[in-house]
Amino acid sequence: MERSVVFAGFGGQGLLFAGQALARAAIKDGLEVFWIPSYGPEMRGGTASCTVIVGDTAIGSPVVDRFDAAVVMNPPSLRKFASTIGSGGLLLINESLLGEEHSERTDIDELRLPCTELAAESGDDKLVSIVALGALVGRLGWVTPDSVRAALREMAGKSRLGDARRREIVEADLSAFEAGMRAALPVQGLAPSV
Amino acid sequence: MTAHHEGSGPASPPSPAGMPATISAGDSARRSRVLMKGNEAIAEAAIQAGCDAYFGYPITPQAELLEWMARRMPELGRVFVQAESELGAINMALGAAATGARVMVSSSSPGISLMAEAMSYMAGSGTPMVLVNVMRAGPGLGGIGPSQSDYFQATKGHGHGDYRVPVLAPASIDEAVELVATAFELAEKYRTPVMLVADGILGQAMEPVSLRFRTPERRTGDWALTGAAGRPPRIVKSIDLVPEVLERRNLDLQRKYREIRRHEVRWDEWQLEDAEYAIVAYGTAARVARSAVARARERGIKVGLFRPVTLWPFPERELARVSQHVHGILTVELSSGQMVEDVRLAVEGRCPVAFHGRMGGLVPTPDEVLGALKALRGKVQRAAADPALHHDGGRS
Repeated sequence: MERSVVFAGFGGQGLLFAGQALARAAIKDGLEVFWIPSYGPEMRGGTASCTVIVGDTAIGSPVVDRFDAAVVMNPPSLRKFASTIGSGGLLLINESLLGEEHSERTDIDELRLPCTELAAESGDDKLVSIVALGALVGRLGWVTPDSVRAALREMAGKSRLGDARRREIVEADLSAFEAGMRAALPVQGLAPSV
Repeated sequence: MTAHHEGSGPASPPSPAGMPATISAGDSARRSRVLMKGNEAIAEAAIQAGCDAYFGYPITPQAELLEWMARRMPELGRVFVQAESELGAINMALGAAATGARVMVSSSSPGISLMAEAMSYMAGSGTPMVLVNVMRAGPGLGGIGPSQSDYFQATKGHGHGDYRVPVLAPASIDEAVELVATAFELAEKYRTPVMLVADGILGQAMEPVSLRFRTPERRTGDWALTGAAGRPPRIVKSIDLVPEVLERRNLDLQRKYREIRRHEVRWDEWQLEDAEYAIVAYGTAARVARSAVARARERGIKVGLFRPVTLWPFPERELARVSQHVHGILTVELSSGQMVEDVRLAVEGRCPVAFHGRMGGLVPTPDEVLGALKALRGKVQRAAADPALHHDGGRS
């Protein structure tokens, strides 16, 4: 059993970081995982993406023909990846940059989130990809939220900044992650559990 | 997938046919693994294997290997040199290795071509060294996408002369870590350069690594140039202008290659026990093939995977045995079809051999491979239904 997601958007939005946090969380849950960035010749401000495959046995193909989920953070990513999602899959759209834009698909779950606003409310408007990660994990539950929190702490710990700044970064990451989780909770027909 | 070696026992039992409905958690050993990038894991594995000196020149998609070495080797008081070119790097390696040091060089396809001359000199002079090629698409400068189009170069000799080089091809980052230690072991045991071939995907991807690093025992031979104080001088060279002497050296080399063929063949099998068809693939292509095998099995097609781990020596006897029991073989590569020539030599016409590959940095999808497998099966079934139709060896 394998599950795949592509995180796509502008370089600098933190998508590769969010994918790595998911991959580290999967290891903490005892799962197999594969993370691969698009490493083509991209220019500053161009698109960046990474694929994460999570599974309970050795991961096979690093090339995915049907994603179970796609996180699209900018317009080119929506155009590129909406059609690659398998039927019944999840499309997470960053409304802050995509506005009303949506896919033409009727056979997938489309989750629209104002990632920038949610990130700003939680303390740092740059953490859009962590918000998206929270929403993904909240909606799909491939990994446990605690493992993601541990992964975020670990990754901030690698920063060469001082202890105080490191603590701030961890707090900001965790709070953006929670904001994403909360935003993903309301499912059709269910009242938000506020 | 667990690798076989020297005809060790049968493949590990196939996974249960029914996949669990939800992802289940694993054990604590799996939880303590570390997420590492392929290039960095290969570099750290070399360091842990006791690599004394590294020489390189940056090139995508292996640059992180060199970067890791640039940081770690000086920390440990070992040698790191970013040379002025690939030629500089490989010839520095030749010099360092001649002193008995454990030496590694890495590059990607165009850089490896530049190193061909020195590889021939190392083979000729019996100089141990590990060369990593994180393959990218060619020919020429090509592109930076993943590729396996250096199979001929790696297995049929890079430079001139009658020589061979053991070639190891991991299919995962964890396996790459183990094979780096194996590469140093083989290099010193047989006094030969050894190649480890990955591709852009294995270099750039991150996977859980067990950190089961291994430091092979040092085999400091009586040939290394360690200073001649108190003993007669030694010479490490490939030149011999007396034909009879040079032929003897060549015969010695060929004897060595026969030994390697006898003892160092490594391969892996998956779901071949009841297979009617086999896919042969290595490295990244083998992982795509593994997914295609799983999908084919869901559709009732009995197919298994045969994965060479040593590209030279090629597991020809083992593949020949497989070819006696299947109706057809599909070879999948990230190339126009290079290893497929060795597959056909091993199969010797016992069954049709078809090929599917992509080039230019593209990787086939599992569905694409499944399609090629169905085409092969259709051809085989049509030929069986009409005996007048002799198979053409699947050379489509």
